[in-house]
Amino acid sequence: MFEAIAFYLFAALTIVMFTITVMTSQALYAITAMAAGMIFISAFFFILGADFLGAIQIIVYTGAVMALYAFGMMFFDTTRDVVEKRTNPQIVFVLGILAAVMVVAIFVAPIVSNNIQALYPIQEGVGNSQAVGMVLFTKYLVPFELAAVMLLVAMIGGIILAGKKMDKSLTLMAEEEITTMDDSFEPQAGGH
Amino acid sequence: MDVAFIIETIIKIVVILLVFSALAGLGTYFERKVLAFMQRRLGPMHVGPFGLLQVAADGIKLFTKEDIIPQNVVKPIFKIAPVITAATAFMASAAIPFWPQFTVFGYTVHPIVADINVGILYVLGVMAIGLYGPLLGGMASANKWSLISAARSAAIFISYEVISGLSLLAPLMMVGSLSLIDINNYQAGGIGNWIVWSQPVAFILFWIAAFAETGRTPFHLVANDHEIIDGFGTEYSGMRWGLFFIGEYANMFFISFVIAIIFLGGFGDGTIAGAIQLLLKVAFFFFFFLWTRAAWPDVRPDQLMWLCWKVLMPIAVINIVITGIVMMF
Repeated sequence: MFEAIAFYLFAALTIVMFTITVMTSQALYAITAMAAGMIFISAFFFILGADFLGAIQIIVYTGAVMALYAFGMMFFDTTRDVVEKRTNPQIVFVLGILAAVMVVAIFVAPIVSNNIQALYPIQEGVGNSQAVGMVLFTKYLVPFELAAVMLLVAMIGGIILAGKKMDKSLTLMAEEEITTMDDSFEPQAGGH
Repeated sequence: MDVAFIIETIIKIVVILLVFSALAGLGTYFERKVLAFMQRRLGPMHVGPFGLLQVAADGIKLFTKEDIIPQNVVKPIFKIAPVITAATAFMASAAIPFWPQFTVFGYTVHPIVADINVGILYVLGVMAIGLYGPLLGGMASANKWSLISAARSAAIFISYEVISGLSLLAPLMMVGSLSLIDINNYQAGGIGNWIVWSQPVAFILFWIAAFAETGRTPFHLVANDHEIIDGFGTEYSGMRWGLFFIGEYANMFFISFVIAIIFLGGFGDGTIAGAIQLLLKVAFFFFFFLWTRAAWPDVRPDQLMWLCWKVLMPIAVINIVITGIVMMF
């Protein structure tokens, strides 16, 4: 009974949070509601007994991904409402409905056709994180390694993109040096 | 799931909340006294014996002070931000074993709210969410100091989570479990079995990261008085400001428990002597937080990032590689 209560409670909370994320025009509401929604999703993992995935959901989505969004939001005034540019609301409406129907169809199809099989039953006497590790390093080894390579590529790309002028520290430079550096690096700006 | 279990859990939660809220208040008293003695002052001494009731006086002041919500802030976010800091600190404590199990009137009590088998991941993950308190508080405040503080808190938390995670990986490889109770039992053989002897580098790295994650002095950039006033707390007053403090001090206690359990043997074999040892270890780590505040200046933000990404992270990765090689052969 407690599981059913918990499921419906967290399902309602998750839907409310993500509705706020989509509907609001205030950026801070959106990010707070989305972070909260991510935490409520982890509740489903805990209800299902998948503690490891629940903790990872909290760490990865709320702790890292959302914090990076928040970091990006530092660059505009979050206390003002965002003015959205709606050029053609009908197309947005139709495309939104179509996308929603498609997602539901994708997830419902295997359930309706009874085509889901549990190929990897839970082994007795093995903890949660060990079970995830076994599947990850046997059946899903190739996708796992591919994801690792992609992350490495993304990391190197990030370092290269952000790495310009990294050997210079603005805090250690004198005022004149900074202004001359600006001139030499931004010739088109002009008019200092 | 029977009713007795639920009642027991609720009682545990209430006890932990009460004890650590009180300890967070007392923590401010200890901090003032320790700082005062290190700076050859007396500290609080007028309210009650040895100034002990200063905590109560501060509490009454914070509770009765007007709760000011400035004009241009984003009101709901501004109001909820301090609650996030305090709530996540206490939520993180759910997976920490505070004391070995004991028997009262023939009923065995486990002093841990939820013994999930990924305890340490859960504790670190929920502590990391504590970042949203300063972040949202700073961004909703419509104040430039608060915004700078929010940016700093996001940068510091994200960077030092990497250090705490990577440094913990090596001891966890040795133990082979993420449960704090398993980690404790791994070291139950006495002082020679403590992980700190086999993983001294990881111990130091995690300790340093603990300072960053609780926002204590060498890394106290999120609310650095002489640069950005009180940072994210600038616009707050009364109990909302007090909640930030409760969260910070509760976090200091909980991270002290985590360090003591992972690296210094925790409560050992589970006897009363071991339990008292655990409390002494926690007290030492808490005292060390205060000691550092008296002895060290703050570092600059760029030095902090330099330390994290160019010094600590490579050391942590090398530590993991060496641990792996040693374990393989």
